[in-house]
Amino acid sequence: MTWATQDPESFRQSLRTWLDTHCPQAMRDGLNTEATICWGGKNWQFTSEDQKLWMQNAAGVGLTTPRWPTAYGGAGFSREQEKIYLEELARINARMPLLSFGIWMLGPALLAFGSEAQKQKYLPQIIRGERRWCQGYSEPGAGSDLANVQTKAEDMGDHYLINGQKIWTSYADKADWIFALVRTDRDAPKHKGISFILIDIQAEGVSTRPIQLISGASAFCETFFDNVKVPKENVVGEINKGWDIAKYLLTHEREMISGNNQGLTSGRPLGAILAQTAGEERLSDASLRAAAMECEIDALSVGLTLERYKDQAEAGAGVGDASAMLKYMGTELNKRRYELMMSAGGSEALDTDGAHGDLAMDWLRSKANSIEGGTSEVMLGIISRRILGLPG
Amino acid sequence: MVKLILSEEETMLAESARGFLDADAPVSKLRKMRDSGATHDPELWAEMAAMGWCGVLVPEDNGGVDMGHAAAGIIAHELGKTLAVSPFLSTAVMAATALRQVDSAASSERLSAIAEGRLTYALALDETSKFAPENSQLACEKSGNGFRLNGQKSFVVDGGFADRVLVLARSGEGPKDLTLFDLPSNRAGITRNDQTMIDSRNAARVEFDNVEATGDDIIGAAGDAMTVLRPALQAGQAALSAEMTGLAAGAADMTVGYLKDRQQFGRPIGSFQALQHRAAHLWCEMEVTGSAILNAGRMLDSDPGNAALAVSLAKARAIKTAKLAVIEGVQMHGGIGMTDAFDMGFFMKRARVASEWLGDYGYHAEQVAAARGF
Repeated sequence: MTWATQDPESFRQSLRTWLDTHCPQAMRDGLNTEATICWGGKNWQFTSEDQKLWMQNAAGVGLTTPRWPTAYGGAGFSREQEKIYLEELARINARMPLLSFGIWMLGPALLAFGSEAQKQKYLPQIIRGERRWCQGYSEPGAGSDLANVQTKAEDMGDHYLINGQKIWTSYADKADWIFALVRTDRDAPKHKGISFILIDIQAEGVSTRPIQLISGASAFCETFFDNVKVPKENVVGEINKGWDIAKYLLTHEREMISGNNQGLTSGRPLGAILAQTAGEERLSDASLRAAAMECEIDALSVGLTLERYKDQAEAGAGVGDASAMLKYMGTELNKRRYELMMSAGGSEALDTDGAHGDLAMDWLRSKANSIEGGTSEVMLGIISRRILGLPG
Repeated sequence: MVKLILSEEETMLAESARGFLDADAPVSKLRKMRDSGATHDPELWAEMAAMGWCGVLVPEDNGGVDMGHAAAGIIAHELGKTLAVSPFLSTAVMAATALRQVDSAASSERLSAIAEGRLTYALALDETSKFAPENSQLACEKSGNGFRLNGQKSFVVDGGFADRVLVLARSGEGPKDLTLFDLPSNRAGITRNDQTMIDSRNAARVEFDNVEATGDDIIGAAGDAMTVLRPALQAGQAALSAEMTGLAAGAADMTVGYLKDRQQFGRPIGSFQALQHRAAHLWCEMEVTGSAILNAGRMLDSDPGNAALAVSLAKARAIKTAKLAVIEGVQMHGGIGMTDAFDMGFFMKRARVASEWLGDYGYHAEQVAAARGF
């Protein structure tokens, strides 16, 4: 495929032609819910042949990671091309072919901080959906105070020995590998003794335990490390400089959580979603309609802000601490959207076997948005100190 | 794709506007005007003309600088920060935009006069307490070779002093049978009575008692007011939204400054988390609204036929944000925020007036809903 060099209109046309033949009809139901997402990985059970076909078709031409360099198997799109791609997916109501923490987080970290060997080893597997990653950040004593991580990695000469515990490791029980923050220098100030390391979950001494959540799902786990040996080459970036990567990724994660929530910014209007959930008559409910209009206004404006920040970043001015704003506004908004959808669904949305069964699960799941990746309150603290300059 | 960042020229425009307004139109100037009862400052308007602002939307052939709607928004934003009083929105933004929709010797001449600061305009639209131009009832009846106008308009911003007035009149029974007239405000039969507005700015009730007009007084085509008026309204709504975000920024700057200075319990009150989070939330809302404002300007400049959603998005967000900024401004200042000697009240009053002018939150939310297929 030679998409990258085309003008926008021909680019759009070739994408359309490609999607026509490569995106199976069954994958055009617009569903990107907990139950329908394709996460990939060694042990992934495809929910259908179509899901498998769609992921493989997309991965084959790099469309699982549209902006990653072609050298590693990405599609090498510009931002404008990525936008057109997402618009074309939305036009045919296509599901995302593959979503993963590798795509969202580890990949960007490796692209920015990884060695060439690490990029070549790990990126293609992420693009093809062959290895599933999870994130090992939080610990029982390191939640909002993330830099307080205590899981330690001891230098044993030819390897590190890891001991400790992580919590809220999303899908650790289904992941193949974990990228984790570990303490490599106990004597340094807390931000300066942390390293970013890649660990095989199958390695001896690693165990995971799912935590059952209010949605009934067990997306989050506890992950334990008991004398786990990890090769030294698995450290990403410099030793004891892991906090820089963590901060970079948190910024990335905040943008992702704020922007990627089921068409928050592009995608279908909230009114259409509510009408589908409720039937038209419910939208004549004046208070629901008013709340939906306000939510739509805010969502479109947050979407424009994402665009503005991307423009800024392209012009060379980083987003920096303002990502805390995107995270805060985006997640609070997403919670509002789910409240509205539940309200539109009425009692039908309460029956998990019913027509909107997935909705209730996703509604409950959305409540974690303003906690994970830094709580709303932590975001407001960052803004008040670093942007407004209010005294700590 | 439109770029949602300021160009170098736009950044320079903002900086030069800020420098000029800080020197010549700080909030204390509004206070002086309020105390003296004046609602228009011809000297300031002449200075603005000298800087090219009056011609920001006037074609270069007519002596303007024609910098576009995003640039008009940048000026309006800076005007909002210190609550500078001028007929910029009604004249340089809305009237200029209306006049350039038509190709006539008269409109060319008026555009030139606007650019030079020699001519001011007001728009006579509202008849009830809510913005609803398409429901205008002011009657326009055929009379001889011309027309006769009868009715009243209120909340005619700058109508008490403007040289000319754009009047929206009903010319038939159909919902769209509206005609836009461009009349000198001293035309026989026009009576203007100043309203005492809470923001200390000019607005008038205007009576039309058998006002005679000819076909030459019509701007655009008879029975087709909206072709000319809609772009003018959208330009005004976008620029007013920008003014409101400037107002919010001005109020928020005062508030954050106060949080750093004011000591209670032996420390700055800005060290209290309860206030930090309120201030941070306000900043977030302003940051998001800023994107909608710039987007509206960019859309009006690049694709005006499809700018309705962007414009209403901007006005709705601006209303919500300005309201939050002034309410939080008073609350976080405590008692002093309630005093007339302190400036926050001026911000609050202007925010309320600007919220109603050219469509309130509900009006623009409905426009967004319509554009998004609700």
